[in-house]
Amino acid sequence: MTGIGGRAAVVGIGATEFSKDSRRSELKLAAQAVRAALADAGLRPADVDGLVTFTMDTNTEAAVARELGIPQLRFFSRIHYGGGAACATVQQAALAIAAGVAEVVVCYRAFNERSGHRFGQFSTALASAPTSSGVDASWSYPMGLGTPGAQVAMVARRYMHVTGATSEDFGRVAVADRRHAATNPKAFFYGRPITLAEHQASRWITEPLHLLDCCQESDGGVAVVVTSAERARDLAQPPVLVRAAAQGSGPDQFVMTSYYRDALTGLPEMGIVANQLWAQAGITAQDVDVAVLYDHFTPFVLMQLEELGFCPRGEARHFVADGGIEIDGRLPVNPHGGQLGEAYIHGMNGIAEGVRQVRGTAVNQVARVEHVLVTAGTGVPTSGLVLGR
Amino acid sequence: MTVDILGRAGQVRAAGECAPRSARDPVNQPMINNWVEALGDANPIYTSEAAARAAGHPGVVAPPAMIQVWTMAGLHGRRAADDPLQIMTALLDEAGFTSVVATNCEQTYHRYLRVGEHLRMTTALEDVTGPKRTALGDGWFVTTRNVWYSGEEPVAEMRFRVLKFAPGPAAAPAGADAVRPVVSRDTAFFWEGTAAGELRIQRCGACGTLRHPPGPMCPSCGADDPGYVLASGRGTVFSYVVHHHPPVPGRTVPFVVALVELEEGVRMLGGLVGVDPGEVRIGMAVEAALTRVDDGLTLPDWRPAR
Ligand SMILES: [Zn+2]
Repeated sequence: MTGIGGRAAVVGIGATEFSKDSRRSELKLAAQAVRAALADAGLRPADVDGLVTFTMDTNTEAAVARELGIPQLRFFSRIHYGGGAACATVQQAALAIAAGVAEVVVCYRAFNERSGHRFGQFSTALASAPTSSGVDASWSYPMGLGTPGAQVAMVARRYMHVTGATSEDFGRVAVADRRHAATNPKAFFYGRPITLAEHQASRWITEPLHLLDCCQESDGGVAVVVTSAERARDLAQPPVLVRAAAQGSGPDQFVMTSYYRDALTGLPEMGIVANQLWAQAGITAQDVDVAVLYDHFTPFVLMQLEELGFCPRGEARHFVADGGIEIDGRLPVNPHGGQLGEAYIHGMNGIAEGVRQVRGTAVNQVARVEHVLVTAGTGVPTSGLVLGR
Repeated sequence: MTVDILGRAGQVRAAGECAPRSARDPVNQPMINNWVEALGDANPIYTSEAAARAAGHPGVVAPPAMIQVWTMAGLHGRRAADDPLQIMTALLDEAGFTSVVATNCEQTYHRYLRVGEHLRMTTALEDVTGPKRTALGDGWFVTTRNVWYSGEEPVAEMRFRVLKFAPGPAAAPAGADAVRPVVSRDTAFFWEGTAAGELRIQRCGACGTLRHPPGPMCPSCGADDPGYVLASGRGTVFSYVVHHHPPVPGRTVPFVVALVELEEGVRMLGGLVGVDPGEVRIGMAVEAALTRVDDGLTLPDWRPAR
């Protein structure tokens, strides 16, 4: 074990309900999620001295601290690249705690991503920013490629061509997620499983992606509380150690449009994350008991299984078709239903599920969980966690 | 394509004029009266004996532009089996070019027609060319020549051209609401190139490495004074998508966006136009088709290689 592994722990998780219309401000969602997470941990707002979120979050650390009555902050930080930030917020917290600059750090993400600004729409504003991001986007948006679904579809088409994967292979990921969500009362799609035939019959978004290959747009907030492993032992919940936390950005990296690398069939930024995670935690992919894989679009779940080393390149479709990602499979994936089934809270609800699986309190609990892998947004500079006892 | 369009066109052309079609009625005053009224043509030589004589005619004459009227087949009329346009239309329908639009009509009048003349019309196939890529879709131009006779005397001729086409996807671009690129000092050469009708690829001034998308510093050697080369405009589809939802400004769904691997070795995104989305394949040969949106923007689109 090297670096930050095991020195910090997640001691509290909190969330609002997940919906299509929260009927409240994003700041209120953030404040409610943070308060719930602190209550779960048995901590008070006055114990908090650090806040971390995504650059995309619309709620400043100062505003959240003000609503919670947090009297002083000693550490605040934000991570870029959309959903790629999720696990890196916990890494920021663990780094601050390991360095002694903060003691209790809350990571949060809250938005009205369905009733307010919808990420699935074509955003002309994103493509006109006078920044390097705007210049990058100018190689795709003016050509008509500017929704997350279309950006992923371009990679998915190539992946199908090279590996022989089919739309049905993508669909099996959605079916598994929705089956898991169907027994999760917190999931938006609670009680609403789908069949592969329904996936195939759902309308095109951007070929080769059907509607049911795409995660839902959601309203909601999630927060997690991180503190030192020592302090964690005295708190309300059994500590969930941050065994590893890593970021990764790959060669010739773009945000959602890394189309100019030699191959279009991998996620090298996730490979960079994985190598660090296994090294920090002192484990290999074979030691992972549950994986919470970022699933905004189904093809990237197959590609993650390969990139993370759960199966050889090009063989994820067989891994999935053989039942590998079911609750009782070789690698239970997204027992809460994932972002396809529970809610799309930019990966933060996946971290909360990882914590529950280690605690043993998940609604679809996997037996004998030692190590949970959680990944953040794919197709972008990203991050990952290994959580454990 | 199993239909031998050019071979059949050669036979039809060699057969020359088809059997003549006789006018249903002779050139007559009531029809002239209807026509000049409908078109608002007040020239009195078409309706007044006196005016016609004053203009040097022996009597009332028919408006020359009415020539097609005299040999129209009528509401329930059918073209003859040997009519060359009928033959080519059926052949192209069979080959999938099911839509039609008239593109040219040139008429030549040898003299005025007088009331009482009884006309006949023949049709000959002049030319068939294609397949051509057009804004409407791929199609064939069919040119016929009609001659009207009074007795044995040719009195008028018409060259008539139609486009028989397979309706393609709307050639998606791009209007006032088109998404405009953010142009930096590093990327201006590319957009200036498309506006000038050139597809430019950044080339390192020091080590010669080609690069797209371009940037200010060569990742291979660190040099920071790049130039560019002109792309041949040829490439193959490396990957592609067919976009249906949600709406995209300046585009009509469904439309195709392709990631093209240029023969120079770099990849470039662009719209793929002039092709049915269902026909696109990875590996398909394409060529650059710069699409001018307006003075400020020309997009690097692609189309199937000819
Ligand atoms: Zn160089």
